[in-house]
Formats: sequence, C-alpha cells, structure tokens
Amino acid sequence: MAEYRRPKTAEEFEQNFAQKKPLMNDTQAYYESSRCLFCYDAPCVQACPTGIDIPLFIKQINTGNKTGAAATIFDANWLGNACGKICPTETLCEGACVYNHQEVPPIQIGRLQNFATDSVIKEDKTLFKPGPSNGKKVAMIGAGPASLACACELRVLGYEVDIFEAKDKPSGLTVYGIAPYKITNEEVLDEVAYLQKQLGFQVHYGQSVTSREKIKELEDEYDALFIGVGLGPTRALRLPGEELPGVVGAVEFIEELRMKHEAVTVPNMVVVIGGGNTAMDAASEASRMGAEVTFLAYRRSKEEMGAYGFEYKLAVSSGAKGLFNVSPVEIVGEEHVRGVKFICTESVDGKLQNKEGSEFVVDCDMVIKATGQAKQGSFFALIDDLKINDWNCIEVNQETYQTSNPRYFAGGDAVNGGAEVVNAAFEGKRAALGIHEWINQ
Amino acid sequence: MADLSIDFAGIKSPNPFWLASAPPTNSGYQIMKAFEAGWGGAVWKTLGVPVINVSSRYASINYRDTRMAGFTNIELITDRPLADNLREISEVKKYFPDHAVIASLMVETKEQWHQIIKDVENAGADGIELNFGCPHGMCERGMGSAVGQEPAVLKTIVEWVMEVAQIPVITKLTPNISHIVDPGLAAVQGGTDALSLVNTFKSIVGLDLDAYAPYPVVDGKGTNGGYCGPAVKPIALEMVKELAKHPEIQKTPISGIGGIENWRDVVEFILLGASSVQVCTAAMHYGFGIVREMEAGLLQFMDEKGYNTIYDFVGKALPNVTEWKHLNMKHKVVAEINKDKCIGCDLCYIACDDGAHQAIRIPDGTRIPEVIDENCVGCNLCSLVCPVEECITMEKRDDGSQHLTWDERTAAGNIPTTFNDDLAGGKGHYVPDPADALKHRS
Ligand SMILES: Cc1cc2nc3c(=O)[nH]c(=O)nc-3n(C[C@H](O)[C@H](O)[C@H](O)COP(=O)(O)OP(=O)(O)OC[C@H]3O[C@@H](n4cnc5c(N)ncnc54)[C@H](O)[C@@H]3O)c2cc1C
Ligand SMILES: Cc1cc2nc3c(=O)[nH]c(=O)nc-3n(C[C@H](O)[C@H](O)[C@H](O)COP(=O)(O)O)c2cc1C
Ligand code: SF4
Ligand code: SF4
Ligand code: SF4
Repeated sequence: MAEYRRPKTAEEFEQNFAQKKPLMNDTQAYYESSRCLFCYDAPCVQACPTGIDIPLFIKQINTGNKTGAAATIFDANWLGNACGKICPTETLCEGACVYNHQEVPPIQIGRLQNFATDSVIKEDKTLFKPGPSNGKKVAMIGAGPASLACACELRVLGYEVDIFEAKDKPSGLTVYGIAPYKITNEEVLDEVAYLQKQLGFQVHYGQSVTSREKIKELEDEYDALFIGVGLGPTRALRLPGEELPGVVGAVEFIEELRMKHEAVTVPNMVVVIGGGNTAMDAASEASRMGAEVTFLAYRRSKEEMGAYGFEYKLAVSSGAKGLFNVSPVEIVGEEHVRGVKFICTESVDGKLQNKEGSEFVVDCDMVIKATGQAKQGSFFALIDDLKINDWNCIEVNQETYQTSNPRYFAGGDAVNGGAEVVNAAFEGKRAALGIHEWINQ
Repeated sequence: MADLSIDFAGIKSPNPFWLASAPPTNSGYQIMKAFEAGWGGAVWKTLGVPVINVSSRYASINYRDTRMAGFTNIELITDRPLADNLREISEVKKYFPDHAVIASLMVETKEQWHQIIKDVENAGADGIELNFGCPHGMCERGMGSAVGQEPAVLKTIVEWVMEVAQIPVITKLTPNISHIVDPGLAAVQGGTDALSLVNTFKSIVGLDLDAYAPYPVVDGKGTNGGYCGPAVKPIALEMVKELAKHPEIQKTPISGIGGIENWRDVVEFILLGASSVQVCTAAMHYGFGIVREMEAGLLQFMDEKGYNTIYDFVGKALPNVTEWKHLNMKHKVVAEINKDKCIGCDLCYIACDDGAHQAIRIPDGTRIPEVIDENCVGCNLCSLVCPVEECITMEKRDDGSQHLTWDERTAAGNIPTTFNDDLAGGKGHYVPDPADALKHRS
C-alpha cells in the first residue's frame, strides 16, 4: 500500500499536503524567539539573499512588537511572508545559524518570519504607503515575485506601476509551481493582495506580451520596463514516444495540481525523470496524490543529484523510490504511455557512459519530465539590443540589474536561470533602485 | 513619524538612548561606533585620578539558559590618563556635534572638582555627571557610594560643582540606600540640574565552591561587586518613581538606568518619569546594535498611541502608582483556564494548592485543572506559572460600580482591630481541613 491515499475531498487533499512549516502559535514563537542569541554580524543575515535583519525581527517578536518585526522583514524582502514558508532555509539562514555548530537545532527563522508577517496580513495592518507621485511610469512583464518586489519598491519611490501578466493570478511560480505542502494558494494570494492594497500597483491579467507591436506600445508609454518573465515550459527530452498521452512536464503537472487540487487524477505507476528539486517536488506530489509506486529516475548517482538532500528525504518519506544511474532511451507505449526504457550508466573518469546491453523497461502509466525548464528565448528576441548570455539568460549589470538595452531592467529566473523566490525578490528590489537611479541621473 | 529628540536639562540629544558610564564608553572609538549605530548620547567612563584595575573583573548570573540575567563587576573608574580622554572627547564632538557627550566625574577635593570641570568643559562636553554611585573599591577611598550614602556630604559636593559648572550637571545616585529620596533631595537642594539612577547594587552573585570565594575570583579572593543588568530593573523602576513623584524633585529631569535592554524597558522608565535612559549591561552583552530594536519599538509604540515626542508621555503612569491604602478593595478578578489551550502540566494546580489558596482542582481521570471560583482570591499566581500564552486569564468579576479603599474603611471605622476580629478578610474563606494533607497515607 502506498503511503498516501488518493485524496477525494478538499479536506483529504489538505491532509495529504499538510503544511511542512505550519504557522506558529504565540507560545511557540515566544520560546523560539527567546533562544536567539542576537549574534553580532549574524551569519543568518549573511546567508539570507535579501539580508533581512533576522536577530532584530526575532527580538521584536520576543518583546511583543510583532508589527515592528513584520516591518523589518518587509523592509528587506517584499515577499517576506511567502519566503518564510518556501525558502530552503535549511541551506540559507537556518543552515547558517550558529546553533548548528553545537548540534542544537537552529532557530526556526522561516517560521518566525511567517509568524510575524502573517499577523499583519491577517489584521490588514498598514505598514507602507506609496511615495508622492513623481510622474514616471514603469511597466513590468510577468507578475512573478521578481516583478512584484520591483513594483512595491518603485511605488514607495513614487512611480506608477503597471504589470502585464499572461495568466490570471499574480506571483508566478509561487502560486503555480511551488509544492502545495509548502504554502497554500490563499497564503500566496493574500500576501500579494495585502501589498497591493497598501501600495497600489496595477496588475493587468491575461495580457501575454508576445509581439513586437505590444513591446513598442509599452516602450512608447513607459519610462522604463522590467522583465520578470521567469522561465518557459518544460524542455523536451527528444526521445521516441515523448508525445504519448500520459507524458507530462513537471511544471505543467504541478501547475494543474495547484489549480485543481483533488480534481487531478494521478495513476498508480509514475516515473519522474530528473535529479533536481523540481523532480523531488513532483515525486512527493505524485506520491501524495495516491500513486502506488513513484520512481525517481536519475541518470547519475544519488550523491550527484542537484536537489537538496532534505528535498530527496522528503520525497522518499512521501513514498518515492530512487532509481540511480539510469538514463531513459525511449518512452514505451502505443495509445498511451506504458513504460520507460532505461539504460544503466556508469561514471568512467568522470564521464557518464551507457552500459552496453543493460536496457530494461519500468512499467508505468505516467511519466513526469523534470529535466529543466526552457528559457524565454523567443520573448527575448522581441526586444532590441537585449544581450543574452551563454546560458540563454538576460545579461544584466549585477548592481543595477540594467540590461544592455538601457530602458530595460530584469531580474528573477529570467536572469539567474532559475533560483529561488527569495533571489527573485532581491533582484526585483535591486532593479527598482537601479531604475530609480537611472531615471534620476 | 514621531520625533525622538530630547532636551534633557539643556543637554540636547537626537534620541533618549544614552550609553551609561561604563566600559562601553571607555574610549572615543567606542562612543563614535555607538553614535554610528544609533545611540543619541553617551556618558563617558568616569574620569578622575586614573586607577589600576585587577584582572578577573566580571561575573554573572545565568538564569536557566539566559546568560547574564544579572551582571556584576569590580572595576573602578577610568584607568586612562585624563589628557587622553579629554582629547578624545573633543574629537568625538567634532564628528558628532549634535550628539550628547556627558563627562562622568569622580574626584575628592574641591580643587580637583573645580579643575576637572573646567577641563571637560574646555574639551567640549555637553554635560557633567557626578558619580556618587560606585559601590566597590572607590567607596573604600571615600568616593562613589560613600558620598551617595551621605546626603549631607553629597549636597556639599554638588554645591562645589555648581559654583563653577557652566554646562548642565546630572547627579548619579547609588541605590545602596534605604530611602532614595534622601540623596535625591540633597542633590536637588545642592542645585543639581538633573538626576540619574541607578548605579550598581552591592552584591555577591555567587561563590566558587572549590575556591570558597565570591565571583569574580581574583587569585583566591573576591570582594563585593556592583550588580546590574535585567535582574535589577524592577528596583531601579521603583526608585525612579519615588523621585519622580516627590514634590520637591518632580521638576528635575531624571535619566533612568538599570537593566534596560529593549523598547519595553525604555517605555516603562519614561512612563515612570525618566526623560532619557542609560544602558550598560545590554550593550556589554550584545554590542551597540541593540539600539535598533529600542528605537524601532519606541517609534512603533509612539505611532500606535499617537505621541509626537517623548514628553507626551513622560511620567504618564505616575498618577496610577499610588499607596496600597488607595487601592479599590471591591475590584475582583478570578482565574479562568482556557481548556483548549491547556497542556496539562498542572503547575497551576500545585502552585495554588501548595503556594496559594487551594482554589484549583484536577477532576478525576484528567490532567486538565478547574478553578473553584468561590475559593479563588484572584492572586494571579496560576496565570504567572502557566507556560502557555493567554491560557489562564484573570477575569474581572465585579461590575465596576463599587469603590472602597482601606483608607475609606479606616475612616469609617470598618477595619479589623482585634486578633480575632469578625472583619478579618479571610474569615469564612475556604481552607481545607489540615488532616486532608495526610489523606494519601490511607
Ligand atoms: C517546481 C518548482 C518548485 C519550486 N519550489 C521553490 C521553493 O520551494 N522555494 C523557492 O523559493 N523557490 C522555488 N522555485 C523557484 C521559484 O518559483 C522561482 O525562482 C521564482 O518564482 C522566480 O520568479 P520570477 O518572478 O523570476 O518568475 P516566475 O515566478 O516564473 O514568474 C514569471 C511570470 O511571468 C509571466 N510571463 C511569462 N512570460 C510572459 C509574457 N511574455 N507576458 C506576460 N507575462 C509573462 C508568467 O506567467 C509568470 O506569472 C520553484 C520552481 C519550480 C519550477
Ligand atoms: C563594568 C562596569 C563598570 C561600570 N563603571 C561605571 C563608572 O565608571 N561610572 C559610573 O557612573 N557607573 C559605572 N557603572 C554603572 C553603570 O553605568 C550603570 O549605572 C549600571 O550598570 C546599571 O545599568 P545596566 O543595568 O544597564 O548595566 C559600571 C557598570 C559596569 C557593569
Ligand atoms: S545565527 Fe541563529 S542565534 Fe545567531 S542571530 Fe541568527 S538566528 Fe539568532
Ligand atoms: S572579552 Fe576581551 S578583554 Fe575580556 S577576557 Fe575576553 S578577550 Fe579578554
Ligand atoms: S499551568 Fe496552564 S497549561 Fe499547565 S495545567 Fe494549568 S492551565 Fe494547563
């Protein structure tokens, strides 16, 4: 029997996807905040890509100033609530906490962060207001975390902001891509609504920017533009049988899961191909949706996986099984996928080689390809003089996030090639300051 | 946003956060670093004839996992030559003309007082603080708390100082005295412009059980230290209140000191009459960065309450600090346990049963206690021991329509006067039969 039963109701879905970092209660927050040592030049702060003053906000929680704590967090990171729940804190702030050196559990920084910000969002406490209008307008393409952070910062500086988003919800992969046991849709959308209410940036939904005409239009109307389009759909594997029904891309699968929850049906036998965090998420998710067997197939060894160790552990504890040193050669099936043919691999002098004659078929009813997202090349081609680097990402000035076309700034996955929400939040904010500096020079 | 700046007896400061005269203010380097970090003022480490210190100087009390809940030291005043300190005072003032630099002084003779005051004024200090507080070492030499404990001597020295001082003078008091108003009043009568308190408390924080000597141990021996840090705050608050309520002292600005570590502490001192605060231990523990939390918290508090400057609430709690005899005896609260929050530790039960009024019981077969309303005297103990936030709350039971104080009862002749008076407050109040304590034997 599988670890999880197929969820049939919203309640069962919620149980299977119970929050990994649930909201703390007052007592938990008090004890946890009391433990913080208030380190000097704290390593946790250095490890946070947005540099939140962690010991300060923890002390503020401890002295009953939750609102002040939330202000400290949002001051550095406009997506402070979401980040508290979804950041890989094990490798960021919490991984750097000095308590680790004593084998004492590190301070649960993420949950404390969520505790403080949740309270102001729930109580709708106004912490920010737009700066006096300076008459300048900035457009953003894509409403992911990078653009949202950029928008908030620009509003504080007095800019008018319009965001053009292809889909019908804000926050990009935060709502469409992140594993449901990390954050709920409501939590994601509530934070955006909270910020939007105070700062008043406009989001225009269902507005895919895909033509040169639209680009020209935007260039005519706005003083500067920000590109926050993230990455594209799952890359093709280029294997025979890939077009068979039952073969899906991980981001597409997760998007459907996040939007439809228990209405999605995952069959009994699933193979997830890939060794990154997205593969781990997809395997956990398939298992939690009630798949009997979920294989995580990676072409190299377990140690060589790109995924964080804790994400692999989570996938295994959800019921997934690892299959290592196997490379897919064909998707098998006639009307529908029936299995994946793998060949065993080995590392010879650091080079991956197939073992002759070692092919075998793993039966399955679904294949989830988690082998990376394509870049947004065709979109980039719409913009004049936009320099793209060797990794097909937009090249920017690392301080100002200005692109080679001076009116364009960019941040998030489209620039860093795919990192975390917290990186997008940092880059978006930095780009806002870059825009401000450029417009005022 | 609120304006934090103050004018303390003529000493201007961008905010009320000052460092107390102590190791954090030992040098120009430290004070400039502190101003950069956000402190509005600093009282220079006490100047005088430089001393020679011993090695092994501090010790502390750790309360469970909280380090330095109380802190002690056996250090004396500055061990650096006066000229070096004066030069650095001038330098700090050059970089920070709008911050408050106050020179703490401790010398013996009238001539020395007059000389050193002139020196620090020439160096550019914004004010002077007279250290009549140090309770170890210096008092053996007739200075520090030896002065603070003798109101008449203290007054004379304040008068010497006031004869020459051109800049505002703060008199810093020792708490090692049974009635703080005595030295406070003497200082005011001597003409001081302001008061600050508390300095450290004479203390022994603990013993080394192998050396048979008090901490900090100096080669097998120790001496009484000066105690400070979070543990002393309650006593400091009381003393500040005593002075702030005194009719002849009331108008004299007070700088509050003692165990201040966060914004709440700051607000408490201000509400009891302080119009600047000084911090030593917390800065020694965490560095100057803690001022960020104090500032953010104070601003948040002021914004929420609608205050523009700290003067809007200096002393605001004083009218509510009264004598026992004026408290309303008709006020009635009863403990209420929120069963959904209770984790069944039963600390409230045992605290009440062994330590208070036997008003909580544990129904058979459960661990979730119940309050026996009729027995509860509303002492708060259970709510203090309960480890869960807001689990035991003290609920008001009187309707607020009645008011009767001890004073009024006395005036009406309605108070117990004999040993077995029928008016005894606890008469008829439930207590278990003594033999119930032995029930477990059967
Ligand atoms: C499966 C998965 C799991 C992840 N899990 C985590 C996690 O647990 N924690 C974490 O911190 N990060 C996680 N990430 C990474 C994180 O989601 C991204 O780094 C982050 O969302 C990037 O933000 P962005 O603003 O750059 O782009 P996106 O979030 O991708 O947003 C881009 C937006 O632009 C819109 N758009 C694109 N093209 C156009 C166009 N031409 N016109 C108009 N709109 C357009 C898109 O619809 C989208 O809304 C995960 C990513 C994936 C794929
Ligand atoms: C190590 C140490 C040295 C001190 N030296 C002085 C001093 O030279 N002059 C003085 O007026 N007070 C001195 N104090 C007392 C402090 O200024 C302050 O009044 C006291 O520590 C209470 O504040 P706190 O609880 O914030 O520490 C000293 C305190 C400590 C801990
Ligand atoms: S490293 Fe850990 S203990 Fe130190 S300040 Fe950060 S959270 Fe607190
Ligand atoms: S704190 Fe500094 S001066 Fe004091 S004992 Fe440690 S190293 Fe020496
Ligand atoms: S002290 Fe609090 S948590 Fe413990 S039993 Fe009493 S009510 Fe419950």
